[in-house]
Amino acid sequence: MIDRPLTKNIDLSREPFSIKEYEAAGGYQGVHKALKEFTDPKSIVDLVKNAGLKGRGGAGFSTGLKWSFVPMGPDAPRPRYLVCNGDEMEPGTFKDRLLLEGDPHSLIEGMICTAYAIQAEVAYIFLRWGYTLAEQRLSKAIAEAYQAGYLGKSILGTGFNLDLHLHISAGRYICGEETALLNSLEGKRANPRTKPPFPQVSGLFGKPTIVQNVETLCNVHHILVHGVDWYKGLSRCEDGGTKLYGVSGKVKKPGVWELPMGVTVREILEDHAGGMRDGLKLKGFLPGGASTDFLVEEHLDLKMDYATIGKAGSRMGTGTMIILDDQTCPVGMVLNLTRFFAQESCGWCTPCRDGLPWSVKLLEAIEKGEGKPEDLDRLAAQCRFMGPGNTFCALAPGAAEPIQSSLKYFKEDFERHLAEKRCPWRS
Amino acid sequence: MPSLWIDGKTYEVEAGKNLLQVCLSLGLDLPYFCWHPALGSVGACRQCAVKQYRDENDSVGRLVMACMTPVTDGMRITLQDEGSVEFRAMLIEALMTNHPHDCPVCDEGGECHLQDMTVMTGHNYRDFRFKKRTFNNQYLGPFINHEMNRCITCYRCVRFYRDYADGPDLNAFASKNHVYFGRDCDGALESEFSGNLVEVCPTGVFTDKTLKEHYTRKWDLTTAPSVCHHCGLGCNTLAGERYGSIRRIINRYNGAVNGYFLCDRGRFGYDFVNAGTRIREPLASSGETKTQVPVSVEKIQQLVSEMNAGKDKILGIGSPRASLEANYALMKLAGPEHFLDGMAPKESSLVRLALSILRNGPARSVSLQEAGQADAVFILGEDVTHTAPMLALSLRQAARQVCVQKAAKANIPEWHDAAVRELAQEERSPFYIAATGATRLDDVATKKMCVPLDGIARLGLAVAHAIDPSAPAVDGLADSDKQLAGEIAAALMNARHPLVVSGTSSGCSSVLKAAAQITIALARTREKVGISLIVPECNSLGIAMLANGTLENLDERIKSRRYETLVVLENDLYRRLPSAQVDALLESVKRVIVIDHTTSPTSQKAHLVLPAGTFAEADGTLVNNEGRAQRFFQIFAPEGEIQESWRWIRDICPESRGNRKTAWQDLSDVIEALCQDVPALAKIQEAAPTSDFRIKGLRVARQPHRYSGRTAMVAHKTIHEPKPPEDPDSPFSFSMEGYRGIPPAPLIPRFWSPGWNSVQSLNKFQQEVGGELTGGDPGVRLIDPDGSDSPGYFEDVPAVSTCSGDQVQLIPLWRIFGSEEFSVLSEAVQQKIPGMSVIMNPKDAEKANLKTGSMAVIESGDMKLQLPVSLCESQAAGTVAIPAGYRGAAWIDLPALGESGRGMKNERNPLVPDPDCSGSGWHSDCGSQSDLA
Repeated sequence: MIDRPLTKNIDLSREPFSIKEYEAAGGYQGVHKALKEFTDPKSIVDLVKNAGLKGRGGAGFSTGLKWSFVPMGPDAPRPRYLVCNGDEMEPGTFKDRLLLEGDPHSLIEGMICTAYAIQAEVAYIFLRWGYTLAEQRLSKAIAEAYQAGYLGKSILGTGFNLDLHLHISAGRYICGEETALLNSLEGKRANPRTKPPFPQVSGLFGKPTIVQNVETLCNVHHILVHGVDWYKGLSRCEDGGTKLYGVSGKVKKPGVWELPMGVTVREILEDHAGGMRDGLKLKGFLPGGASTDFLVEEHLDLKMDYATIGKAGSRMGTGTMIILDDQTCPVGMVLNLTRFFAQESCGWCTPCRDGLPWSVKLLEAIEKGEGKPEDLDRLAAQCRFMGPGNTFCALAPGAAEPIQSSLKYFKEDFERHLAEKRCPWRS
Repeated sequence: MPSLWIDGKTYEVEAGKNLLQVCLSLGLDLPYFCWHPALGSVGACRQCAVKQYRDENDSVGRLVMACMTPVTDGMRITLQDEGSVEFRAMLIEALMTNHPHDCPVCDEGGECHLQDMTVMTGHNYRDFRFKKRTFNNQYLGPFINHEMNRCITCYRCVRFYRDYADGPDLNAFASKNHVYFGRDCDGALESEFSGNLVEVCPTGVFTDKTLKEHYTRKWDLTTAPSVCHHCGLGCNTLAGERYGSIRRIINRYNGAVNGYFLCDRGRFGYDFVNAGTRIREPLASSGETKTQVPVSVEKIQQLVSEMNAGKDKILGIGSPRASLEANYALMKLAGPEHFLDGMAPKESSLVRLALSILRNGPARSVSLQEAGQADAVFILGEDVTHTAPMLALSLRQAARQVCVQKAAKANIPEWHDAAVRELAQEERSPFYIAATGATRLDDVATKKMCVPLDGIARLGLAVAHAIDPSAPAVDGLADSDKQLAGEIAAALMNARHPLVVSGTSSGCSSVLKAAAQITIALARTREKVGISLIVPECNSLGIAMLANGTLENLDERIKSRRYETLVVLENDLYRRLPSAQVDALLESVKRVIVIDHTTSPTSQKAHLVLPAGTFAEADGTLVNNEGRAQRFFQIFAPEGEIQESWRWIRDICPESRGNRKTAWQDLSDVIEALCQDVPALAKIQEAAPTSDFRIKGLRVARQPHRYSGRTAMVAHKTIHEPKPPEDPDSPFSFSMEGYRGIPPAPLIPRFWSPGWNSVQSLNKFQQEVGGELTGGDPGVRLIDPDGSDSPGYFEDVPAVSTCSGDQVQLIPLWRIFGSEEFSVLSEAVQQKIPGMSVIMNPKDAEKANLKTGSMAVIESGDMKLQLPVSLCESQAAGTVAIPAGYRGAAWIDLPALGESGRGMKNERNPLVPDPDCSGSGWHSDCGSQSDLA
C-alpha cells in the first residue's frame, strides 16, 4: 500500500504525469470507483466523513461534514458548484503549488469524485495569478481529461456531467477566503460574504457550492480507492491521512514534504528541513503560516495536528512553518507580515481596514526607534480589537496572531527597541 | 413575540427583526453606520456591537453585531458592559483615523451622523498620531459635492446608489484603507436619485452643492413640512429658509409615500422660489405699450371695483399646480359653472379618465410604498423615471421582490441585504414595459415592447383578454404579441401583488383604458389588484375632483357668455393651449387678472398681476396621483406683498359675491367651506390638524432651539428684535418659541432629537424603525374603490395603427429635467437638461433621409417645428418622440399624426432653439420667455 498518496507521482525534475502515465500509475481509479460503485453519492460523503479528512486550507473543518450540508434531492437548487481554492497566497505557504505543478491529474481526479459526491455539474479551479506554471500544466491536464472522457457529458457513460473551468485570479490574498473567492469568481469585489448563509446553501451565483483547498481535494480519490482504514492508518493522530508540511526561514533545507499527519515539529524541522543554519538559533516559529501565533522552542515536540497545536495556543493552519532565528529582528518580521495583511485587507470592515494600518504604523514606529512606551499596550489593544468575532472574516484576527504572540514571547525585544530608540538588530 | 433581556429589563419585541432594529425601536441609543432602515444590514462597519450572553449563568458573553443578529426568544444582551462600550469607542476611533476632523468647515457639521455617533460612544481623545491618507475629490455634477477625505467607508453610498437605485456610475474602488467611492472619472452622476447620497452618507463626503451656494447650518434654518410640487406623486419634503430664501430641500419621511428618499428634481428644483423670475409685487399694465408697473393697493381696489359686475362676467381658470384651497377660492369667486380646471383639454380628459378608473375601477391605487412591494409589474406607455421619478425608484424595488420572496423561503430575512442579493443574484420579478421608445426602467424589464400608442393599448387589452376571456378580444394580433400577452397575463395572475402602471403622459386614452381593463380582468380572478396612474402635476387629481369645467371649447364659451374678466390662477395658459388661441383669448376679455408666483407669458399679458406665494410662502392641500390629500405648510413669511392666492381672491372678491363680514379669516375657514361644498373632498380636513391646534398650549416652532442671530439678523434695519410674524393659517410659529417634542406626523417641522442631530434622528419619530411615523403617516386617502360590483369592460379596441405614407405618430417626450415648469429655473437643474432633439427609429430616419444630428422638420396641422434628430433603435417604427413641456418651446398638442422630413440647415425656426447650440447650450437662457412666439 502507498504511504505518500499525495506526492507519489511527483518528481519535480520532469514534467508531471500525462494522463496515460497517470492512469498507468493507478490514476482515475477513484473516478471509476465513485461513478460505478457508489450509486448513492451520499455514501461517498459518509466515507470521507468517516475517514477523518479535514480541510487543508487552514480551518481544519471536517470535509465530509461540510459536504453533507449541501441540499440534495429533486427539489434542491441547481446547478451545484464545486470550487477548488488554489489561491495560495499566504506568506510562507507553498504546499498547494507542489501538487498543482507536480500532479495536476490528481487534483482533477479528486475534483471529479467530489463533484460526484455532491452532484455538482460545474467545477472551477480558482488559481493564484502568479502560478503560471501550474496554469500551463493544469490547462493541459484538463484538456486531456476532457479528451479521455473524465470531464464533460456523461462521464464514463454514467450520465454524470461535469464541466471544469480554470479561473486565474486577479491576485488578492483575500480571494483565499472562500466567500471572497466566490464574489471574485462572480466578477464582483473580492469582499467576503456573511455566514450564514453558508456557501453550501447559497454560494456561487447563489447556488449550493462547496469550496475546498487543493490539498484536500487531492485526498478524496485515494480514500475512495483504498478505504477508510488505510487512510486513518497513514496518520499518527486522530485526523486521517498525510499532510504536506513545509518549512521556510533560515533552515538548512527549506521545503515541503508529505508526512503522516501528526509528526512532531522537531521531526519536520530537524529531520526534513535539516535544522537551523549553522550559527543560528531557533527563536520561534509560526506553525501554520503567517497568520498563526508564534510558538517557541518548548513546543518543538508537539505533534503537528489541529488539536495539539490549537491547545498550545496557535493553529496548524496550512501546516507550513515559518522559522524565526535569533539573528532576525522579531519586530521587523512581524512588521513585514502585518504590512502584507494591511495591504491585502479588502477594506470592508472597520477593525481590519483601519486597525491593521494603525498596527503597521505602530510597528514601524517601534522598529525605527520612534515608539512610545504606551505603544505596546496600544498594539495589544489593537490585537484584541481585531480579534475573532469583531471582524467580518478571519483575515484580521489571523493577522493579529503573530503580533499578539510576539508581544507575549518577545516582549523584551519590543522593549529594547523602545529603550534603545533603535532596532538592536541593525548595526 | 420574542422576549428579549437587555441590561436587566425584559422587552417583548417583534419577531423577524434584527437586534439593532429592535434596540432602536425601543428607543435605545446604539450607534451604527453601515445599516440603514431602507438598505438593510451588511455588517461592514461593526459599530453596533453588543454583548450577547448564552444564558443567565454566562457572565462572559461574546460580542455580536446587532444589525446581523436576528432576535430570538429569551435572548440576553447588554449594551452597557465595559467590553462592548470599549469596542464601540475603539471602533469609531479606528474609522476616524483618516477623517479630517474639519467639522467647522464641513457642510455636514451640526447634522452629522458621525458627530452624533462619536459623541454617543464617548470617544473624545485621539490616540492616532500618524499621517492621514488623503484623496482627490471628483466633480460629480451640479447637485453633489464630493469630499472623500471625510469618508469613513461605511459603503452606504454605493449600497443606495447601485443596489437600491440601480445607478451604474458610482462605485467602490481600490481596497484596504484606500477604498474610494466615486466615479471612474469626473462627471455628473447619472442617477436621477443621486441627491439621496446627501442624506445616506453619514458624514460630509456627499453634500448638497446647491446648499453650498447659500450655505446655512441646520440649526439656522426655518423649516416646515412641505409637499413636493414638481410632479404628481406628492413626496413629502422639508424645506429650509433663511433670510427670505429657500436654502435646501430634504426628505420628510412618509412611510406610505416617499419613505427615505427623493428624486433630484424634487430636491434640487427649489430655486425658482428665490429666482429673479418671481412676481414680488402687484403689477398693472399701463399706457400704450402695456408695460407692467408696480401698483398700489388702492389702485388694485379701484381696478377690482371696476371689475364689479354682476353674475356670469368673471371666468376663473384654476390650475393643477395650485392648492385645492386656492382653486376653491377662485371657484367661489367665479361660480362653479364659470370655473375651469386649467389643464390642457386632452390632459384634462385623461386626468378625469384616470380619476374615474380609480373611483369606479376594482383596483386599489397603490401608494409608493405599496408599489415597491409589488411582485409583478406591467407598465403601459409611461417612462416612469421621467414622469413620476420616485415611482420608478419604488418599481425598482418591486423588481427585486422576487429576491425577497426567494430569500424568505431560504429563511433569510429581508433585512439581511447582502445575503438576499447573493442568493437571488440578478433574478428580477416579472416586469413588463410597453412603450413607444426607450425608458429608464428598461434595465429591470423582463421584456420590453416598443410600439406606437395604439399598439400599447392593443397589447394591454390582449393581456386583459388573456386573463379573462370574457374581456373583449383583440383581433389581428401577431402571434408573438399574443404570446407576450399570455406571458404578461400569467405573470400578473401568478403574482401576490400584481401592479399595473400607466398614466396620462402618453396623451392617449386607449392606453389608460387598456391599463384599467387589465385590472378589471384581474379583479375577476382575485382580490388584490394594484394600479398606479401617473398624472402630470402636483394637484392634477385634486383639480379634477374640484372643477367640472375644462378649457375645451374655450373660445365658444367666452363668446357665448360674454365674460368681461378673466382670472387666471397660478397658471400659464401658453403651456395649455396653442399660442394663437391664448393670444386671442386674452384679447377677447376686458380684464385679465393673473395670480401667480412666477412671471409667465400669460402673466406678462395680464392687466393686473397679483404676487402669489409659492409652496414656501403659502399653505394648502394637494391630492396626489394615489388620491392622497396632503397638507403643505408655509415655510416663511415673505417680505412685501406676496400672499396666498386664496387671500388675493378673497381680497378682490366683489361685495356682490360674498358677505365681507364672514369672509375667510384663515386657511381653516377655506378648508371648512370647501369640505362642506365638495363632499368628495370632505376628508381633506383630516390631512393635518387645523390652525388652532396646540400642544400644551403651544404652537409647533418652525425655528429650531439653536436658531442663531435672531436679534442680529435685522440689526442693520432696527436694533429692536422684531415681533415674529403671526401665522393664522397653521399651528406653527414663525419663531423658536413653541413645542419641541414630537408633534403629530403631518406637523413634523424637522427631524431632530437629543443626541441625534442628523436626519437619522428620524428613528425617534417612528413607531418602529423603518415603519410608520408615530401616530400614522401623514395624508388621507380620498379615493378607494368600493369593490361592490365590478365595472364592465371598455369595449372599444383600437385598430392597428393606420399611419400611411410618410405619416408618423408624434409622441410627447417628457424629461425629468426639462419638462417641468419650475424646477428648470434652478441653475443646478438647468445644467442637467438634455438638448432638445426629436427621437426617431433609424429606419424611419433613413426613409426621411435623416441622420443623427441632421435637422428634421415635423409638421402636423398648423404646427411646424424643426429640431435635430437623435436615432434610437428602441423608438417604435412609425413614431417620433418630441420634447414636451420645455420652457420657451411652443406648446404642441400631442400625441398627433404628422409628417417628418428633412429641414434645411440654415432655415431658422423661431419656435425652436438654434440648432447649432442645441447640444448643450440652448437651455442657458431657458428662464427667459423671450423666444416664445
